[in-house]
Order: sequence, then C-alpha cells, then structure tokens
Amino acid sequence: MTDTPSTDTVRNVAVIGSGPAGYTAAIYTARAHLEPVLVAGAVTAGGELMNTTEVENYPGFAEGIMGPELMAAMEGQARRFDTEILFDDVVEADLVSDPKVLTLGDGSQIKAHAVILTTGSAYRKLGVEGEERLSGHGVSWCATCDGFFFRDQEIAVVGGGDSAMEEALFLTKFASKVHVLVRKDELRASKIMGQRAMDNEKIEFHWNTKVAEVRGEDKVTSLLLQDSVSGEQRELAVTGLFIAIGHDPRTDLVKDQLELTEHGTIKVEHPSSRTTLPGVFAAGDVTDHTYRQAITAAGTGCVAAQDVEHYLADVLGVDEAAPAGPESDANPA
Amino acid sequence: MSIINVTDADFQEKVLDSELPVLVDFWAEWCGPCRMLGPVLEEVAAEYEGKVTVAKVNVDDSPATAAQFGVTSIPLVVAFKDGQKVKESVGAKPKPALVEEFSDILG
Repeated sequence: MTDTPSTDTVRNVAVIGSGPAGYTAAIYTARAHLEPVLVAGAVTAGGELMNTTEVENYPGFAEGIMGPELMAAMEGQARRFDTEILFDDVVEADLVSDPKVLTLGDGSQIKAHAVILTTGSAYRKLGVEGEERLSGHGVSWCATCDGFFFRDQEIAVVGGGDSAMEEALFLTKFASKVHVLVRKDELRASKIMGQRAMDNEKIEFHWNTKVAEVRGEDKVTSLLLQDSVSGEQRELAVTGLFIAIGHDPRTDLVKDQLELTEHGTIKVEHPSSRTTLPGVFAAGDVTDHTYRQAITAAGTGCVAAQDVEHYLADVLGVDEAAPAGPESDANPA
Repeated sequence: MSIINVTDADFQEKVLDSELPVLVDFWAEWCGPCRMLGPVLEEVAAEYEGKVTVAKVNVDDSPATAAQFGVTSIPLVVAFKDGQKVKESVGAKPKPALVEEFSDILG
C-alpha cells in the first residue's frame, strides 16, 4: 500500500467497508471536513453490488445502472471530497479505547476517534454434504462469474428472494434449463422479479423443496432434494448449483466488543447508528436484517456520518474545521 | 518477473513444462472478483519472483484449457508443479490468505 497513514496520526473517523453505506458515510464525513479514511477491503471493494448486474431500483437512474458502475461512481464521489481509500482489510480492531486502533492486513495501523462499521454481509451456505467439497466444481455463489461455464447445461438455483430470481434470470442466458428450488410454497422476492422468473420458459420452479445433498465425485452431477412438507426425497440431475439463500452479517471483527441483535446484526440505537460502544457507529446491511437494499444502506451510511459529526463535536470537542492532527493534539472531552 | 499471459496454444510449454512451479489464474473480463484478485497476484508475482511463475489464462480466449481443468468458478488459482495440478483456490482472497493456501509452493 503506497499511502498507508503513519501510526502516530489520529484520524477523526475511519470507515470500514465500501458498499453503499461505507461510501455514503465517507462522502458525508468528507464534506463535513472530517477527512475520513475508508478501508475498502483487499478483494471485496465495492461490496455486494460488484457481483450484480443491472440495478433497477436505485433512485436517480431511470434506465438502471450496472452494480459495478454504481459503486465506481460512489467511490469517485468519495474521492472527489478527499476521502483516503485503502484497499486492504481490517484484521483487528480495538474499539474500546480512544483513539480506536485498526490493524490492517499489511500490518499498519489506523487510529481514529470514531469508527463507522459498514462491513455488510457474507453469502450464507446451505450446510449440506457436498457443498464445500464441490465448491468451484459446480457449486457457486456468483452467477455473473460462473454462468458462462454452464452453457447449454441444466442447472439449479436455490433460494426464493430477489437475488435468487436475479441469478436464475441471468443464468437463462447460458443454461438450457434453470431449476429454482424454493423451500416454501411462495417467494420472498418482490412481485416484479418473481413474475419475471415465472414468465421465463427456461425456468422451472420447485416449491417446498430443500437441498439435502450435493452429489458428484469431481464435479456436481446431481442434487438430492427433499420435500419440506412430506420429507420425500428425489434426485435432480444438474451440473451446477447456484446458492442464493441469503446472507449473514459480517461481524467477526467486532462481535466480541459490541452487542449484537438476535439476528446477528450489530445492535444500534435506532433511528441513530450508535452501537453499544461510544464512538462506534454502524450502518448498512451489517445492522439490517430486514430491508437490505442499496438505498437503505446508503441512507443509514448518511445517518452514521451525521452521528459521527455530532459525536466528535459534542463528546470530543472536535470542531468540524479541525484537521486531523498528531495524537498529542487530540482533545478528548 | 511480472505476470505472464498464457493461452490454449502455449499452456503446455509455459505451465506444464515449466521448471518453476506456476500459479495459474483463470479469469475473465466480466468477472468482478477476478478484477479484485488481479492486483493481489501482481504483488505475489513480484514478491516470489524466482520461486514461482504467475500466469493468467483468460477463459474467454482459452476455453479448451479451462475445460481441461474443469473450471466452473472464477477466479480460480491453480498451482502446477512438474506438470501436475497440486492445489487450487476458488474466489478472490486477500494476499495473506492466498499466500497461506499456497505456502507449500511459495515456502
């Protein structure tokens, strides 16, 4: 990393994560002259939208926009107001002290009076036999990456939400047939996405269907399916399985220091973004079990930025015009 | 040495017949995580120069090689030693994780 900050500088605010919540928090704190540093992730920069295709519901883009393009625009906007962006991972975080200390993958450290956590969520696994072993050999979590390898083949998507519908529709460009496996007898997906999938003649829905096992020696050859009502089992011959059953909040870094909710998300004092530790704020999907949209993430990122502004002014007495300075200049209340 | 580009035509010569172990990155333009992994592999190539060759195979341009090794997920990094596939790693990973996975070869 070329622009690693020196360890004796204490920043006003560090943002961890680079999805819509992270970049929005950076844009707002940068415009408040808080000179934020944003740790974007070594290989996860841009977050979940980097693996999506067309985003049709983000306001302001009447014709839709590609996920990666939207994230590049957000990054550019954060840079425009002088956010420092580091393409590394936070591997350790001490959030209790002031300043808070973040250790990065390259061993360098960032000290900051306030931290905004926008670490999002990670793909959920099925937890069935064969899933791990055949990962990369027919089992996939990324339709846009891997659909290409299943040209004219019969494959399956498991999941009933919008991401599952989006993946299934995308995969019809390549596959001869896409089986959508839904655990219940209805979809969690929005009406428009569900209807689109049901109208597609390459897609066949299997209701009340769970995946019990992924089968195949070196690569996926079939799935053992189980009827979630009757318990009856049957085999479905497919060469690929795309898993889109949801996400788990990414809290490994902080779960021992902060209170989590029963859903595993970081607990915040709604409608604020305050966590159970002073100076630590959280926004986006890592706090949200329910809505999980790019626009709600961006919204809470904005909330967190303003909460940080007030925290720095009220609690630490940092004026909005005060530049980041050496540690000795810090002025805790 | 920087990363070399390998195709169906020269995979045998540059990877399988290589004296050094080779890390092969199967990738494509349209794969977001592949673009993320690119800079990580650049660093690995620079750091382990002389110990290992890092090569890239574009699966669009070299479908035969991708098919030969049963590639169905990218980015996929496969380690070859003495013409044999010895290890593989699926997905974009930060450098420390990648180096750890291939520690047998990178030493």
